[in-house]
Amino acid sequence: MRPEELLRPAPQGLYCPPGDFYIDPVRPVARALITHGHADHARAGHGAVLATRHTLEIMAIRYGADFTKSRQVAEFGRAVSMNGVTVTFHPAGHVLGSAQIAVEKDGTRIVASGDYKRLADPTAETFEPVACDVFITEATFALPVFRHPSPSAEIAKLLASLRDFPDRAHLVGVYALGKAQRVIRLLRDNGWDRPIYIHGSLKALCDYYEGAGIALGELRPATVETLLKGAYGGEIVLGPPSAFNSPWVRRFPDPLIAFASGWMQIRQRMKQRGVELPLIISDHCDWDELTATIRDTGAPEIWVTHGREEALVRWCELNQLRARPLHLVGYEDEVE
Amino acid sequence: MRAFADLLERLVLTPSRNRKVELLAHYFRDRPDPDRGLGLAAITRDLDLPSVKPGLIRQLASEVTDEVLFALSYDYVGDLAETVALIWPSQADDGEAEITLEQVVETLANASRSQAPAALRRLLDTLGPSERYALIKLASGGLRIGVSARLAKQALADFGGKPVAEIEELWHGLKPPYRELFAWLEGRAQKPVSAAAAPFRPVMLSNALEERDTALITPDDYVAEWKWDGIRVQAVAEAGVRRIYSRTGDDISAAFPDVLEAMVFEGAIDGELLVGAPGDPESGTGTFSDLQQRLNRKSVSARELAKYPAFIRAYDLLVDDGEDLRALPLMDRRARLEAFVSGRDLARLDLSQLLEFESFEDLVALRADPPHAVIEGLMLKRRDAPYVPGRPKGPWFKWKRDPHTVDAVLMYAQRGHGKRSGYYSDFTFGVWRGADGASELVPVGKAYFGFTDAELKSLDKFVRDNTIERFGPVRSVRAEAGHGLVLEIAFEGLNRSSRHKSGVAMRFPRISRIRWDKPPGEADRLETLEALL
Repeated sequence: MRPEELLRPAPQGLYCPPGDFYIDPVRPVARALITHGHADHARAGHGAVLATRHTLEIMAIRYGADFTKSRQVAEFGRAVSMNGVTVTFHPAGHVLGSAQIAVEKDGTRIVASGDYKRLADPTAETFEPVACDVFITEATFALPVFRHPSPSAEIAKLLASLRDFPDRAHLVGVYALGKAQRVIRLLRDNGWDRPIYIHGSLKALCDYYEGAGIALGELRPATVETLLKGAYGGEIVLGPPSAFNSPWVRRFPDPLIAFASGWMQIRQRMKQRGVELPLIISDHCDWDELTATIRDTGAPEIWVTHGREEALVRWCELNQLRARPLHLVGYEDEVE
Repeated sequence: MRAFADLLERLVLTPSRNRKVELLAHYFRDRPDPDRGLGLAAITRDLDLPSVKPGLIRQLASEVTDEVLFALSYDYVGDLAETVALIWPSQADDGEAEITLEQVVETLANASRSQAPAALRRLLDTLGPSERYALIKLASGGLRIGVSARLAKQALADFGGKPVAEIEELWHGLKPPYRELFAWLEGRAQKPVSAAAAPFRPVMLSNALEERDTALITPDDYVAEWKWDGIRVQAVAEAGVRRIYSRTGDDISAAFPDVLEAMVFEGAIDGELLVGAPGDPESGTGTFSDLQQRLNRKSVSARELAKYPAFIRAYDLLVDDGEDLRALPLMDRRARLEAFVSGRDLARLDLSQLLEFESFEDLVALRADPPHAVIEGLMLKRRDAPYVPGRPKGPWFKWKRDPHTVDAVLMYAQRGHGKRSGYYSDFTFGVWRGADGASELVPVGKAYFGFTDAELKSLDKFVRDNTIERFGPVRSVRAEAGHGLVLEIAFEGLNRSSRHKSGVAMRFPRISRIRWDKPPGEADRLETLEALL
């Protein structure tokens, strides 16, 4: 079977005609396979959803228990047949429960990797390369300028700043699913054992990670009732970046704004966001990891989606691999 | 190198002046000699590495990356040094190679032009990404990190607990890496003796005249002069060396060869640098906008010299042929200044006139109607006061003219930092341009002070309630003839500016009143501002 007959871009998302399902559809469809719980990949209102247990539970937390009419748990490594198409989920290492989806029929296998990362991360299952004929890769950080430093070194920058400015509350911008828990875990692993204060919107997912066996230490709500304004000096407060534009910030003394994201590698991005302390901590692969992963899969053909497709396609050409951009719409590479 | 790279990154991202001073002071505290001194020299642009040419960086990058990938990356990043630093194919992390700033500077300083590419390539291979960025910025001589030499000197003063004036005075006699300066600041050695010929003398500054001071101002105790709207300078010619310093001690001689050439005297004069013809204040003095054509230049063309000739209007004489006059009363210095100027043929120099007055009311009248547009108010100086560095309270007052005001419409607001986090506190405002019926607002400036905390709250609320679009920390707000917010903006003057869409740039704009009552359609038009040019 030609790969284009097995999976092709459609307005709703990536569509499998023989299996009659979509992967990460951006609009409601009858049958959806979801790679992970981030809002641009996992949307409410589908007829049926196949996803890992964690992804289904995360969707229920975000959208309510009735986010889909019916649901089915996909176990990692266990094949599921859908109208004669074999579907297998494999860990993607992006956030808890995130998966690559291998789609196979008549000897042709395509792996749709969703978002993925290769760095070790105790808050997500470890990525497994899957041999395939076509590898569909994201391209969020697909430029050779994106080369993420070790996350521990970034956390060390935060801890050093806390020593330098013990009177300032250190506000760290993190997205609620994945980044928040990873940053907390990194702080713990690097010796920060004080309570960490969190914005209300992070609580449900932090509780969920705890329940899944990922110890986050003592977390306290960052409310005025918890601490007097002055007492936040020298403390770490985590919140979604959007909260930093809101009156919520006023409760902290002379706050120092940090942001944990792969975008923080680019100075213009740091300045645009008004970030004083950039922390390059990403849930995606950097350039070297993307290109290494493409080699690891052994795929002779690469389809590139959401991000800087052009550069990765160019790299594939330079390395004698067939490649083309997929031009799927609706995925936000800004949210990282 | 790690520490210097970290410092640069923090300085770039820290908006607050005080925080920048603090970061620099920490760096001086934590780094050993000579690294801290070399870092300081890089920031004050006193480090010269002539073997590295700008084209070299680009050339090295093209040797190691695919052209298309480099172009895509540069396009995305927007800064050449940063692109090269990030893309450089080295696996080294910051801090991994224990290369000191001293080693880096030495390597580049000792490399000939032909050796420079290989030396730079080796360094790029060994350093981590932030360090590579710092290296490229350092090697190409353009740090552009928003830190002035003045700020660095303030940090030195804070670090050593000394008045900044003492550091300014010493500065031009010192060379990187400033070991003797740091030794003195740390209390390990005596204050260095200034070795510079024609050194800078820290300047005396004035306080704004307040209501309660007015009773002090009598003709018996005070003299009055016009306050000219140029830049305050110190012109020093001693032992064959001539220099023109800004009031913060920066050497700006290179931009004013015409004035320098005419400094045929032995001494130090305090005065106002202006553009035009000396001797005839009524007609010969150019505007600040004209003067700006000559400022902040490393060299000056013959055309500019002819079109905008510069001169100094002398206020004071600090040194007369080797004799330090600063301890003398003002009127004694004034007599020496008059004799000094009249005894010489000084082509690019004239004398600031003393103004006659008998009562304070005379001063009120003078200030209300000065004879020339380049006068920004009055200076009132105590007759018996010595010349004291800094801003002593009492001997000198400035009494500026009322500022210009304009009614402008709020267009954009940007989120503040530090204590203003969570508030929209930086306001961009515009005035109307174009024919009736087809008028549009064009931004003319940005203000972030002039309002109370209570007013900030109401401005913030207005921004939130009237947001149209968001761009990161910036919001655009509704600004239509029938709906929006008018701000009365006070400002000190207006310059032509090709960098602004409106063609004008305000000096010291601030919000003087919030006009909740005024419909935006009745705000001022650009022609009103252009008339002031």
